[in-house]
Amino acid sequence: MKTGKKMTMKKTLLLAVALLQAGWVSAAAPFASTDTPEQKGLKIAEAADQRDEGWGDWSADAEMVLKNRHGQASKRLMRMEALEQQDEGDKRLIVFREPRDVKGTAFLVFTKKVGNDDQWLYLPALKRVKRISSSNKSGPFVGSEFAYEDLSSQEVEKYTYRYLKEEAVDGMPSYVIERIPVDKKSGYTKQISWIDKEEYRTLRTDYYDRKGELLKTFVAKGYKTYGKNYWRADSFTMSNVQTGKETELVWSEYVFTKGLKDRDFDKNRLKRIR
Amino acid sequence: MRESICQAGLILSLMASLNGSLLGEVLEEKEPSFWDEWDVSGFFETEFRGFADPPKHPGQQGDAAFSFALEPEFYREWAEGNWAFEMTPFGRYDVIDSDRTHLDLREFYFHRVADQWELRLGVSKVFWGVTESQHLVDVVNQTDLVENLDFEDKLGQPMVNFTWITDSSGVVDLFYLPYFRERTFPGRKGRLRWDPYVDTGDPVYESNLEEWHPDIALRWSHTLGDVDLGVGFFRGTSRDPLFMPRIVPGRDPVLLPVYNLMSQVGVDAQWTRDAWLLKFEGIYRDGRGQHFGAVVSGFEYTIYGIFGGDSDLGLLSEYHYDSRTDEALTPFNRDIFAGLRLALNDVQDTALLAGGVYDHDTSASSLRFEFERRLGSDYFLSVEGQWFANVVERDLTTFFSDDSFIQLSLRRYF
Repeated sequence: MKTGKKMTMKKTLLLAVALLQAGWVSAAAPFASTDTPEQKGLKIAEAADQRDEGWGDWSADAEMVLKNRHGQASKRLMRMEALEQQDEGDKRLIVFREPRDVKGTAFLVFTKKVGNDDQWLYLPALKRVKRISSSNKSGPFVGSEFAYEDLSSQEVEKYTYRYLKEEAVDGMPSYVIERIPVDKKSGYTKQISWIDKEEYRTLRTDYYDRKGELLKTFVAKGYKTYGKNYWRADSFTMSNVQTGKETELVWSEYVFTKGLKDRDFDKNRLKRIR
Repeated sequence: MRESICQAGLILSLMASLNGSLLGEVLEEKEPSFWDEWDVSGFFETEFRGFADPPKHPGQQGDAAFSFALEPEFYREWAEGNWAFEMTPFGRYDVIDSDRTHLDLREFYFHRVADQWELRLGVSKVFWGVTESQHLVDVVNQTDLVENLDFEDKLGQPMVNFTWITDSSGVVDLFYLPYFRERTFPGRKGRLRWDPYVDTGDPVYESNLEEWHPDIALRWSHTLGDVDLGVGFFRGTSRDPLFMPRIVPGRDPVLLPVYNLMSQVGVDAQWTRDAWLLKFEGIYRDGRGQHFGAVVSGFEYTIYGIFGGDSDLGLLSEYHYDSRTDEALTPFNRDIFAGLRLALNDVQDTALLAGGVYDHDTSASSLRFEFERRLGSDYFLSVEGQWFANVVERDLTTFFSDDSFIQLSLRRYF
């Protein structure tokens, strides 16, 4: 996932390789105490990204429960598949199973580290594959509290970073970093993330809207390891503090490194994925 | 509505096993059944059409009509989807127009998927093209015109479809189409028809093989950066009929559809950049009595998060040109389409589409709107209306002058 264009990235990569060879990664801070907060923030993000490299492909089922402030719930079922790319962002496929009127509706996304993703939509009633605009970053994904940009591939290049402090989340010592989206179309002015020091998992993120006010809080729970030590949460909760709405995303049936190929992420597959 | 759902009870009971597999639950007490491996889904629809004016043409009946439709889908795959079978019958019962009451096999095919190729054998549907207000290059499937005037409902087409997927030169599709499907038309009692009406019982074919003339089609499609490109070729019986009046004393005059052989080359392209989609479709068609070119081209621009909220507003416009001018048996010859699409992006997926087509030669115009919204989790409501405004004699829509209508449809998905 890294091109290693920047010196800092190369250095971090070398450091990571050295640490991996030593069989000892987690306990060391990924930055030097003399680094600026910006350097520290970037290095934490890069370390988290490198931790999650090499998975190849994964697939999972996702159940989304959308709740309004009165507690009324609405459900979506979907299946997601992802394919790691060497020099670009991941390829992703999402197919809906519920609500039933959109069953078979599917998205194919070629994520980009910089600029807009390539995105196709499949409409099963018309059997039509339509290339769609992906410049809608901040809009709600299927009416949920997750915006498109929240669920998109989280590439290091998409933000600038600043280290804030260390703080425990549910007893887990964590780095607190601020990330500012590079894309001007982002719905956020900043995000504050809590990333645990042990395994670099995002435990919580606060999202600030364009006015700089706290908009949403994201919490990931039930992290488990899959494949070669890739951490995935059982559930995500996104709570909108301004509207009282909440969306819970529950993951199941995770499968890693099954051997999916580019051919499994093309427009023909889009037409037949269920 | 409820009674009819009970009639579909068989399908609903099959759903129990489907639900289980979808949610990843294992129902251990249950005997394994043949249907466990099948993915069964679909909808039942109740539709109401109401017309603004009494019927204009002789034989037409009623200012309003109910109809009911059922479309179950049965799907099964083997070897992780490398082999698949799908069957989707469709049926509609229209209370007034017996020609709108019809059955069709939308899908009935086996599908084989390999690394570099796919093979589809049976009845299926394919879509070619990029534009919204007309589908010029889309010639494989016949239009199920009694379903909707928008030419987006299609009849199942028997086919052998071989797809070759190259690494970097796009996708090539070859089609062998052994059997021709006739277009559906409203009958004598039905609304939204011409006068005289089209008698589908006795079509005229150029080929003496009639509907058994083997047609072929070929398509290459590729994505090059921001551009999605397709080039298609078709040789066979034209899906668009011409018409021949038949006047027999003592019987209604009728129009007989005439299906000639034709060759067509079509190109479609879409350029996608930020919130802009620029679209183009062009064809050249050569056949008996018809040598013409036609083009539809336009754009779609979306304003995301309009009014500071979650809604998106899409602005669409397309221009239609057909070298046949007014004699064309197409409502689109020198027409401009403009429309708005509002998506609220709410939990119920509420959306509204409004648009109009204006013919700047004849100044005929028609306005159309569509509203849709999910109700609860399994019901889906759509309301559709079309107003034929400023109808003029020399435009095809003149026959629809008294047929402005509103249509409500409620679907129950299972």
